[in-house]
Amino acid sequence: MNIHEYQAKEILAEYGVKIAEGGLAYSVVEAVQRAREIEGDVWVVKAQIHSGARGKAGGIKVCRTHTEVEQAVEELIGKKLVTHQTGPAGKICSRVYIEAGTNISKEMYLSFMIDRASERVIMIGAAEGGMEIEKLAETNPEAIIKIYIEPAVGLQDFQARKMAFGLGIDPAQLNHAVKTIKGCYRALRDLDANILEINPLVITANNEIVALDAKMVFDENALFRRHKIAELRDNTQVDPREVAAAEAGLSYVGLDGDIGCMINGAGLAMATMDMIKLAGGEPANFLDVGGGASAERTEKAFRLVLADSGVKAMLVNIFAGINRCDWIAEGVVQAVKNIDMKIPLVVRLSGTNVEEGRSIIKNSGLPIITADTLAEAAEKVVRARNEVVAQKA
Amino acid sequence: MAILINEKTKIIVQGFTGRIGTFHAQEMIDYGSNVVGGVTPGKGGQTHLGLPVFNTVKEAIEQVGAEASIVFVPPAFAADSIMEAADAGIKYCVSITDGIPTQDMMTVKNFLRRFPKMERMLLTGPNCAGTISPGRAMLGIMPGHIYIRGNVGVVGRSGTLGYEAADQMRLLGIGISTSVGIGGDPIPGSSHRDILKRLEQDPETKVALMIGEIGGPQEVDAGKFAKEHMTKPLVAYIAGLTAPEGRRMGHAGAIISSAGESAAEKVAMLKELGVTICPTPSLMGQTVAEVLAKL
Repeated sequence: MNIHEYQAKEILAEYGVKIAEGGLAYSVVEAVQRAREIEGDVWVVKAQIHSGARGKAGGIKVCRTHTEVEQAVEELIGKKLVTHQTGPAGKICSRVYIEAGTNISKEMYLSFMIDRASERVIMIGAAEGGMEIEKLAETNPEAIIKIYIEPAVGLQDFQARKMAFGLGIDPAQLNHAVKTIKGCYRALRDLDANILEINPLVITANNEIVALDAKMVFDENALFRRHKIAELRDNTQVDPREVAAAEAGLSYVGLDGDIGCMINGAGLAMATMDMIKLAGGEPANFLDVGGGASAERTEKAFRLVLADSGVKAMLVNIFAGINRCDWIAEGVVQAVKNIDMKIPLVVRLSGTNVEEGRSIIKNSGLPIITADTLAEAAEKVVRARNEVVAQKA
Repeated sequence: MAILINEKTKIIVQGFTGRIGTFHAQEMIDYGSNVVGGVTPGKGGQTHLGLPVFNTVKEAIEQVGAEASIVFVPPAFAADSIMEAADAGIKYCVSITDGIPTQDMMTVKNFLRRFPKMERMLLTGPNCAGTISPGRAMLGIMPGHIYIRGNVGVVGRSGTLGYEAADQMRLLGIGISTSVGIGGDPIPGSSHRDILKRLEQDPETKVALMIGEIGGPQEVDAGKFAKEHMTKPLVAYIAGLTAPEGRRMGHAGAIISSAGESAAEKVAMLKELGVTICPTPSLMGQTVAEVLAKL
């Protein structure tokens, strides 16, 4: 789960990481009020959306007067911001963070994440901040410092010092740097974050170490024990289809194509989408209905797929293990009748009780196209989609 | 021979008396697996499905000689159950549970590494369908009837895609020595490489099929192992061609978060390592058949 920059900064501040003075605003009036409360004569207005690369997209504005703050907020609030991470749909900005301008003397990069290869937390740093770490990894891999942390003993001071020296921090600030680095690690471990990234971490003209930006991504599987973190969820930043799916207990990812999918199992879902692509189509979504696909669940899944008005044909692919094809078939027939489905539907059933399932579909009297194999299902749904498009044209 | 389990393996079920544990314990018994009891802390001394219930794994080992366990314990407590099994001396553990926090798995793996290699419990899963040696034993939740006995060893991250592969092979008359689900989580108990090592040593296995997906480094790592250490051919399919970067595709571990983790990149690297790639997911059975025919 993603959170906003200001939320990550509030968390880090609790762990002893220094952040610039700032305040949150939902409107122009509030934003100007925040700016008045913050000392100094430079303010940075930062769009709070779940995406990096906001600066290039115009989401970060430096202001020298309250009028400029007003203008900046007006340009951001309620608007969609498109960054290279959000995709063309962009993300709506409904809150802005007003921060005191920071006089930067040096920018660095610091992050922590769970490394799948070593099964440990890895701490990554670079003395050169502000740019994307992956680009730096390509252009200058030697500039990246990597330190692995033993889960049983945690981050040791010597490791934090090694990182601090690697970042080029002045020995006079060593203690503060160690405190900052250890605070970040503790935040990641205590709160079940998968990723914590500070880009840039800066040294100010006053020789302070400050987190100028902050990103934290949390483990969805651990939210049951991190109630305060779970409350930070902002559904305005998530595709509304995905919000509806999560509420129905379904796993859904919206995509840009026009062939709707309902499949059981994540791997089979990905494979089916691959098959659609190889057959010349583009999937509109990933949707895993899971193992216990009841009639009610099936109908919810259908409604979710069809809520996307761009969907021109739909494919159901179920491999029944503990499930049974006849139950699934009944659920599909019921869903099609209840929803009054207008677009072509291709159903492929396999596994337990497959013959019974197929005959339920066949005898339903509904115009459901059936397929026996994965390849046949994909070819048929792409053909059906193409016919729909041809008819409209 | 098969790997990991056979008809003699003494199995216990952790989370035995719960709804899911009960259902699948019965399915495993019906398949012919040698289930000898189960563990539910606090219910020791009772009988469930005609088998003894124990308070601890240690008791199950002492009293009925348990060798393998399967974990159906809910996500918040599953890591603890796995570590209990390892500590008690279980040799092989399958964790079915989906939704275990990643940092809990980091702790589990760290705990397992404390044991000397020879005494270390082998863990597969979590978030998997389990392991089956067709015709001999099932330690999992798969539909046993789609697996026929033969000489293809299978390792995969996904449950239903594994069923799809088994079914394609069955329709072509190709059987399986052992099929192992390693699960869809970012930190799995065992990797593709760990299982391939065992399949390579299994005299019954002639060909290995690896069913991978986007996210993480382990398919390519397995490909390197195959190139350097395997005499048997490796066939692979990688799911997720259409998956966008940075989005979790159902499985907690199915997310492209850095270079080399997309399906296209993995396929390219595996090809370079000499692995036979299934061009489409509907040709997994066919590709295996072609490789078998060349032996």
